[in-house]
Amino acid sequence: MSFIINAAYFIAAVLFIVGLKQMASPVNARRGIIWAGVGMVIATLVTFVHPEVSGLVNYLLIVLGIGIGGALAWWTGKKVPMTDMPQMIALYNGMGGGAAAGIGLIALLQADKHEMSFIIQFIAVLGVLIGSVAFSGSLIAYAKLQGIMKKTLRFGGQQWLNLAVFAITVISGLILAFSGAEVSGNVLLVFFVLALVFGVLMTLPIGGADMPVVISLYNALTGLAVGFKGLVLDNPALMIAGIVVGAAGTLLTQLMAKAMNRPISNVLFSHFGSAGGAEAAEVTGTMKSIEASDAGVMMAFADKVIIVPGYGMAVAQAQHKIWELTQLLQERGVTVKFAIHPVAGRMPGHMNVLLAEAGVPYDIIYDLDEINSEFKTADVAVVIGANDVVNPVARTDPNSPIYGMPILNADQAKNVIVIKRGQGAGFSGVENHLFFADNTRMLYGDGQKVAAELISSIKEIG
Amino acid sequence: MIEGFVALYIFMLAAFTGYEVISKVPVILHTPLMSGSNFVHGIVLVGTMVALGHASTPLEQLIGFVAVILGAGNAVGGYVVTERMLEMFKSSKGGK
Repeated sequence: MSFIINAAYFIAAVLFIVGLKQMASPVNARRGIIWAGVGMVIATLVTFVHPEVSGLVNYLLIVLGIGIGGALAWWTGKKVPMTDMPQMIALYNGMGGGAAAGIGLIALLQADKHEMSFIIQFIAVLGVLIGSVAFSGSLIAYAKLQGIMKKTLRFGGQQWLNLAVFAITVISGLILAFSGAEVSGNVLLVFFVLALVFGVLMTLPIGGADMPVVISLYNALTGLAVGFKGLVLDNPALMIAGIVVGAAGTLLTQLMAKAMNRPISNVLFSHFGSAGGAEAAEVTGTMKSIEASDAGVMMAFADKVIIVPGYGMAVAQAQHKIWELTQLLQERGVTVKFAIHPVAGRMPGHMNVLLAEAGVPYDIIYDLDEINSEFKTADVAVVIGANDVVNPVARTDPNSPIYGMPILNADQAKNVIVIKRGQGAGFSGVENHLFFADNTRMLYGDGQKVAAELISSIKEIG
Repeated sequence: MIEGFVALYIFMLAAFTGYEVISKVPVILHTPLMSGSNFVHGIVLVGTMVALGHASTPLEQLIGFVAVILGAGNAVGGYVVTERMLEMFKSSKGGK
């Protein structure tokens, strides 16, 4: 029997890795998730005959738990709109972290019956810590992105409080790791609760703009916690899948942080916008607005239009109208390309997902490196709902907090049309010099409405 | 029993695999891939099943039960959202 179980776990691990590999290419991506899904089903089914699983009540609880958790997740996952994807990933990830912490708690509670070597006990404790932080941190990330929690909580001495909580957590964790078979339930409780509190405290001061990096980091952490639990449970499938995700997630986090020009340590331990801003260069020029009809004419008679979408497009749900507009322009012989900044939206690739939802083929969507040299030859750059990622001060003003961040050079296009709801600054709170440039026209209004107006104005030209 | 250096080897090789698999991914797939890797660590469900399977006190059963719910949520939710995202990718030549 154990041969079948081990073989099944082995096949599952192979399917996970092959699946992830396939997900790295748009052509095979769909097949990749299905393969990984098959691996998950195999691993789950075979676990029902695992020799360590026993007791009728336990079996019933397992089936009931999978039923409840699975049904809830299925229902919410099917229902959630594409714009809310990032927070759903955060939520599901947090659940994984909580599950990993739960495994560790049980292992530690059973330390008197199933003795562990010191290393394993240490890793069990570490897994509870990482899993709990990923759990509560992801829930805060979810609440922030979902808009349940709007304010970014910051107060004096916050970092000292975090440090103190972390220190006590680590000390109680060490006590647990060293207590051998006599694990104290009280210390375990203190440790678990403090680890949760630390996850909350760590995430609270992080601004919404940095959330993608944080979610990705927690994703990697959950992977790591799962891998550690694999070691505790002596389960190779958990070890391999967990560590693969831990490594992949770490790399993904680095890629994102690099794209934002924000070292991970900065994201976690400094407060964006709390310094610098004041000395930033004064803005020269004025904002000049334009009517949708004029903007429509400008685009209709252009040779090449580059569209730069941002989170504003997601909020306005304008992606379908934008695709309609694109098709209309294409019929007139205009070359239309989409330029996606790595951190546009709330997560890298967020914009791509939304555009894909609207039906935009992925081969007219370009990323920063591919498209940046093309802005010079574009007649019109349409910036819809994006702000910081096209702010030229990132290139020019060393005093600006976003200085050095790679940006899309939309300002180099012959004309720039900025579709925007109001006159406010972007997520970082930095004034955008692009809006004041001579070749920029502001088109105020809700993204979806404006796009509809553009469509009708182009149709009128005939 | 996987102990000591064998575990270390598994960790090392798995870490390189994870790194290698992701390193050449285009930016447009970052979110689906994060979601996909989020699904893969849903394997924690298997671990929670084993943990609950040998739980012997009501407290352990309670923790195990909650963990199974969370683990199942991770696996199923991760699959559903990843599948939904990837379903939408198509090229201009391929059509639906």
